Amino acid sequence: MSTLSSKNSLALYGARFTSRLLLGTARYPSPQIMAEAVAVSGAEIVTVSLRREAARGRAGARFTDLISKLGCRVLPNTAGCRSARDAITTAQMARELFQTDWIKLEVIGNDDTLHPDVFGLVEAARELSKEGFKVLPYTTEDISVGEKLLAAGCEVLMPWAAPIGSSQGLANRAGLATMRAYFPGAPLIVDAGIGAPSHAAAAMEIGYDAVLLNTAVAKAGDPVRMAAAFRAAIEAGRLGYEAGLMEPRDMAEPSTPVAGTPFFDLDRAS
Amino acid sequence: MRETSELEADGLPILVNGATATTRSRTLALLIEELGLADGRIAAALNGSFVPSRDWGAARLAAGDRIEIVSPRQGG
Repeated sequence: MSTLSSKNSLALYGARFTSRLLLGTARYPSPQIMAEAVAVSGAEIVTVSLRREAARGRAGARFTDLISKLGCRVLPNTAGCRSARDAITTAQMARELFQTDWIKLEVIGNDDTLHPDVFGLVEAARELSKEGFKVLPYTTEDISVGEKLLAAGCEVLMPWAAPIGSSQGLANRAGLATMRAYFPGAPLIVDAGIGAPSHAAAAMEIGYDAVLLNTAVAKAGDPVRMAAAFRAAIEAGRLGYEAGLMEPRDMAEPSTPVAGTPFFDLDRAS
Repeated sequence: MRETSELEADGLPILVNGATATTRSRTLALLIEELGLADGRIAAALNGSFVPSRDWGAARLAAGDRIEIVSPRQGG
């Protein structure tokens, strides 16, 4: 797709990326399949987490070894944090462990929907931005929350499509489109709830700058093939957006020229 | 890590990664060593606050302290 590739690269916090797919590293059948899926996806950013280390355990060392071979920028998350305080502390631990000041900020407000706690999210974003973190906040399509996050120091917003791992796709397409129109200059990444490649393509066609997903690839029947599918879908959606999509209309408009239609009888024409 | 069944007279009751424990270590650095994690790829928090690794030696433990020790993992 070299002659038909995207016009410009993805810019996040001063770094540029060719791929507009950010991929999670969890829930794969095996570490090997995860590594293969990441490679096939073309993703240049992968998300990771921090979890309790068992005494004398080596889980952390094994995983570190695995992700170091992926050749991707690592984006730690604060998954599972239910308060701004927990998220801030987790981000600080992540910065030391992963040697990056990039953080995917999650502050969860509800255990069933994993809905962002937008109040805690803004508070944590403000504090972390002051400490020099480059915050990528997992948020909703709420415009006022988006404004507060940007004012707090975030340069990127990551609204959900649907609940994490739900595979529903764009549950509020209109809301996401409104958000895109309201923040024309900010990099916007749809994060959470994606299930099918068509969902990712739809997000890109609206004009979103990238898509972050995990479960849709990891829990697919063939995660490696699905990673390839999402790569193609995101490229296609971006290309379509840059090519300029037609506006939908209610009534038909013939694509074949009307002039010269055979058997055309003006007296019978409606 | 000593389980509660191995209580010692001068043991400090603490919480490590959500589990009750008793330790003779009086600093975070010594506790991490006691847990066999001194060479591990870990980060730590004491009572909800991050403690940089360079400060582990100076971080004194007290009864009832809550310690979190984390390491890199898969995530979405």
